[in-house]
Amino acid sequence: MRLDIAKKAVAVGLGLALLAGCGGDGEQAADGPVELSFWAWAPNIDKVVDKWNATHPDAKVVVSKQAQGDDLVTKLLTSAKGGNPPDLAQVEYQSLPTLVSNDVLADISEGAASAKDKFAPGIWDQVTLGGSGVYGVPQDSGPMMFYYRADLFEQYGLKAPATWDEYAQTARDLRAKAPDKFLGTFSSNDPGWFAGLVQQAGGSWWSVDGDAWKVSVDDAATKKVAQYWSGLIAEGAVDKAPMYTPEWNKALNDGTQIGWLSAVWAPGVLQGNAESTLGKWAMAPMPQWDASKPRTGNWGGSTTAVTAGSKKQKAATEFAIWLNTDPAAVEALVTESAVYPAATSGQEAVSKPPAFFPNQPDFYTQAAKIAATSSGFTWGPNVNVTYTAYKNSMGEAITAGTDLVSVLTKMQTATVDDMKANGFTVGG
Amino acid sequence: MTSIRVSGRGGAAPKVAPYAFVAPAVVLFLLVFALPIGYTVYLSLFRTEVKGLGLGKGSRSEVFVGLDNYVRALTDSELGAGALRVLGYGAILVPTMLGLALVFALLLDEDRVRARGFSRIAIFLPYAIPGVIASLLWGFLYLPATSPLNQLLAELSLPGVNLLSPTGIYFALANIAVWGGVGYNMVVLYTALRSIPRDLYEAARIDGCSPMQIALRIKIPLLAPALVLTSLFSIIATLQVFAEPMTLAPLTNSLSRTWTPLMKVYQDAFGRGDIYSAAATSVLIAVVMFVISFGLLRITRSRAFGGER
Repeated sequence: MRLDIAKKAVAVGLGLALLAGCGGDGEQAADGPVELSFWAWAPNIDKVVDKWNATHPDAKVVVSKQAQGDDLVTKLLTSAKGGNPPDLAQVEYQSLPTLVSNDVLADISEGAASAKDKFAPGIWDQVTLGGSGVYGVPQDSGPMMFYYRADLFEQYGLKAPATWDEYAQTARDLRAKAPDKFLGTFSSNDPGWFAGLVQQAGGSWWSVDGDAWKVSVDDAATKKVAQYWSGLIAEGAVDKAPMYTPEWNKALNDGTQIGWLSAVWAPGVLQGNAESTLGKWAMAPMPQWDASKPRTGNWGGSTTAVTAGSKKQKAATEFAIWLNTDPAAVEALVTESAVYPAATSGQEAVSKPPAFFPNQPDFYTQAAKIAATSSGFTWGPNVNVTYTAYKNSMGEAITAGTDLVSVLTKMQTATVDDMKANGFTVGG
Repeated sequence: MTSIRVSGRGGAAPKVAPYAFVAPAVVLFLLVFALPIGYTVYLSLFRTEVKGLGLGKGSRSEVFVGLDNYVRALTDSELGAGALRVLGYGAILVPTMLGLALVFALLLDEDRVRARGFSRIAIFLPYAIPGVIASLLWGFLYLPATSPLNQLLAELSLPGVNLLSPTGIYFALANIAVWGGVGYNMVVLYTALRSIPRDLYEAARIDGCSPMQIALRIKIPLLAPALVLTSLFSIIATLQVFAEPMTLAPLTNSLSRTWTPLMKVYQDAFGRGDIYSAAATSVLIAVVMFVISFGLLRITRSRAFGGER
């Protein structure tokens, strides 16, 4: 009998807990210290979090190191479906719509809307997805720029190209002078990189038109970019091997690849992959389509987002805001994690150049100027599908030696078909 | 017999005992096998439907679609292409791997062989390396610019090979699997060989058989059951190829992210977040494997299990 009562008590307790779990969206369970789990990949982010933990004994944040990019999106989707997501996660801008439409991320507008004026409008738009909700606090941005081996450029009598025409000519000149070297590579593996180039050319793959999505992966700007690179690959002026392979690392290290169209975070990658070239690189603005109206795109950049499944959304939101706007936290993000902060005040505060670029003292002053020319971009709810189509079809087209423009049609079809199959309203 | 029946007069205990003995196995089977399969089949009959922009809370709902997901999977050209690619890969892998395993087993079984224990371990060792790690290492060896093989060929003024080209990739992937699989299959075949009575060889030798003839006329026919089983396991493993192409894909333009059917399932489930069509495709793959396994066993039953019927 006594056993029965105990069983009933447990059952009632469990039921209550379940009810609380269902109903209590974002409610704080109890007073007293809470523990927040945070999935992130930025290097040394735990050292920045230590600063929070030292001053906030009532909300301890525990960092769990994760792989970057698609892998983390996959894990977040799965953990949310399994009902056990972390409280906070580092999420790239282009993944926000996917995660929001899968109900993985919480709308934190209540606690975070006030942080709006700490960020450039173009950045803030990306976390609101153009609506009234706020789905993350911007952490860093990735304005694109051109990196080149200053010493080798001098040796071959080249200068940093200001326009895309000049880039093509420089690539050809280099091939003529040093047939074993390349000015860059077209990577079938990095759709984010291509998307950045497209942003610069003025393309925007998704947009919201009333209550419908508009998809334009094969718009004129994107075609222009694909056409341009098709030509360079066909004449052998640039390499066509993917980036981020052991082969590519070696090529950066031994001077086979003497240029890289990358983003503001490139110094960290170069330091990790091409250590022996310290101090030999220089940074310049991207080559331009129209030199009189300089623009750039964004490659990467991330936010700190709170999950819909978190029971401690209030505390989590406070932490996310602190991490990305508190002067001490932002400074630590810059010095410890080498991120380029999204907070405007943070961008102005960065003074010393990255350790890998001792020869370019005005690195961040330049970077801030370049960042100011960033084009806006709306990400869609199935970026993963578009990106997979890019990886598959670009790889295929490059090996087959066919025109890259035809790949855009495949990307467009794959994206639209997937959205329609899922019931999204897709307009013409 | 009668005495046992008499002693079982108590009734209940002997009847419960068998059930108690099989219960753990049945429970485990239900929990880790039947339940997930059932859930997969259940999932495969649904899909999510999004309303409008799909951004607000609760804009996604689960709807029953019957066999729609199966129809879509069966008419998906990429899935069919993936199946063909796996067939091509298996056509290279299975004969090579089993052929090598058989040769090694026969060699090790030869009485005159020295350092048998060492050789056995050396051949078996690659099996202990996880597929992902092996693929990473091989990937490094395959990439033209970092490959020691190409450096060697360049020294000899021979043209380099690119195993990551669209055709080369089949051999590149099969090579990784051969290294991993030969040792395992060799051990199975070798164990079967050791259980053959030695007198047979003695008799054959007296009849004037050479070691080669003994291998061809006695050992291999008696190995048939083990060969059938190793073939079956190899074919099943081939159909499940995943880790190797997944790991190599970022290194080359020749491997798509949906190169094999299982990679397609992974992309569907985690790339597109569509666990429903991934579930349908998984069920289809499982059915194909079931048909192949049982078909093969049926055809070769008399050989595989001898008199067992």
